[in-house]
Amino acid sequence: MVDKYQPLAILIDMIATTADVRSAASMAISAEGLVKHFGDVHALNGVSFEVPTGTVLGLLGPNGAGKTTAVRILTTILRPDTGRAVVNGFDVVSDPRSVRRSIGLAGQYAAVDENLTGRENLLLVGRLNHLSKSAAGTRAIELLDQFHLSDAGNRPARTYSGGMRRRLDLAAALVTHPPVLLLDEPTAGLDPASRQDLWDVIANLVADGTTVLLTTQYLEEADRLADRIIVIDHGLIVAEGTASELKSTLGETTVVLGFADAHAAGGAADLLCSLGAAVLANDAVSIAMPLRGGPATVRDALNTLADAGLVPQRIDLREPTLDDVFLSLTGASV
Amino acid sequence: MTTVSLSTAPTTRPVAQPGDGALWAVRDTLAMTWRNLTTIRRVPQLLVFAVVQPTIFVLMFRYVFGGSITIPGRSYVDYLMPGIFVQTCAFGAINTAVGLAEDKGKGLLERLRSLPMARSAVLGGRVAADSTRNVFVVLLMLAIGYAVGFRTHTNVAMVALGVFMLVLFGFALSWIFALIGLSVTNGEAAQAAAFPMLAPLVFASNAFVDPAKMPGWLQGWARHQPVSAAADAVRACMLGGPTANKVLISSAWSLGIALVLAPVAVRRYRRL
Repeated sequence: MVDKYQPLAILIDMIATTADVRSAASMAISAEGLVKHFGDVHALNGVSFEVPTGTVLGLLGPNGAGKTTAVRILTTILRPDTGRAVVNGFDVVSDPRSVRRSIGLAGQYAAVDENLTGRENLLLVGRLNHLSKSAAGTRAIELLDQFHLSDAGNRPARTYSGGMRRRLDLAAALVTHPPVLLLDEPTAGLDPASRQDLWDVIANLVADGTTVLLTTQYLEEADRLADRIIVIDHGLIVAEGTASELKSTLGETTVVLGFADAHAAGGAADLLCSLGAAVLANDAVSIAMPLRGGPATVRDALNTLADAGLVPQRIDLREPTLDDVFLSLTGASV
Repeated sequence: MTTVSLSTAPTTRPVAQPGDGALWAVRDTLAMTWRNLTTIRRVPQLLVFAVVQPTIFVLMFRYVFGGSITIPGRSYVDYLMPGIFVQTCAFGAINTAVGLAEDKGKGLLERLRSLPMARSAVLGGRVAADSTRNVFVVLLMLAIGYAVGFRTHTNVAMVALGVFMLVLFGFALSWIFALIGLSVTNGEAAQAAAFPMLAPLVFASNAFVDPAKMPGWLQGWARHQPVSAAADAVRACMLGGPTANKVLISSAWSLGIALVLAPVAVRRYRRL
């Protein structure tokens, strides 16, 4: 017997589904209450976040904070104990295959086959992504060219430098132009120049509209690349915001004035008490004062000191860094 | 320092095909087989190393112990070599464990598990490549056998069947070692785990000596286990005598091991 309300129910379902898809469409990644325990180790203790399409989320945290576990869940490599994650509109548990078609993963350990050449590595990934032989071949050559690996393309990857391997690893993640890119500590262990190279590449991908989730221990990296940052520690989110929001929670810019000796510094600290909470720094030859009144504070301070015959030898501006944020939030140094 | 600039110009946007079903599983397996064989081709020393150890066994048993071992009805070298072939395939299967453990340790499995490829293809491609490799290793060992006096007494077709039985046996053991390879974290650990498992199979068998001279409690095991069954079948194929039954028993062992362990290993891979 057919329920006379069935067509209505179907219609409501359809509308609901459409609405679902719409809200999901603006979020390339959404994770809800992810929990993952390995025996006694609580890698994730209920982590929720969303990454709007075309933006970069930085997942920041010390070793063992649960960053890699989150990436492994989002890439369908690991199933969460509880919680739900949707990537590019597909559920990681119920539709892992569609998720895998939507993502590129570049890992902590440049996951390239050392015995294959750069070209063969890309060819293999293309084939396993079910590109035709010719499409995989064309794409491999294209990527080698983009990543400045053409000259090394026919050399086994074991002859590559660390930076070249990372570039090849990242190129392998891009074979199918995935809309969502997951980068697990993409520049760990790289020299500054190679790191800068890789940052430029990632920034360009983002400019092209790719959504990126990036885990890192380098605060500079998150600061530089991420639109939003989540700080996780012991499997929990301890802070969230843009880099500047996170920094501003920590306080203000400080002016540091350095003097020739402790006597001068002490005198200056006494003089400047009225202008702001100037304090003698640990080294006893410089004083630090918060820049509450903007640049005028510096002018007033220097005038006051000049009147008393005190001339600082150095002047520094100290911005709070993400390191400060990190230390204050997790109590751990990176 | 080179700066890497990624052009924003539109590049070819390759269209990936859906990739479900058995046909794609076969294609993915072939792609992985190609990858593994390329590695073997690129490091040919490994193939040479693969025959060094069995060759030492050949020399040891042929010239050191052989004089004290008598096998009724045939020369010892004829008895010995099929046993050596089986031993070679058994120890060769360790490569499956080492290869997978290394892929796992280097993070390659993580990437492969994030690709829309068939879940069975990583293991299937490994086992298929190792079986192909076994064909070459067995042929090399046949040549070494000839050099020390081993002679086949049947025809080419039967010898080929013997080689096939060896490869089938290696294929079966590869599934056991696939499971071991996925359970450890590096090649050395895989190697260490493999030897104690293989020793009772290979040495407490009829591969080198007649079980009739072993203590009674050992004879039952030595006669009825996969290594002995394979050695019996290969001897029959290469030396003559009643063959059908021995080939069937060894095939049953090999297929049985593969049918039970392949799904277990793939399941393990899915849940890494």
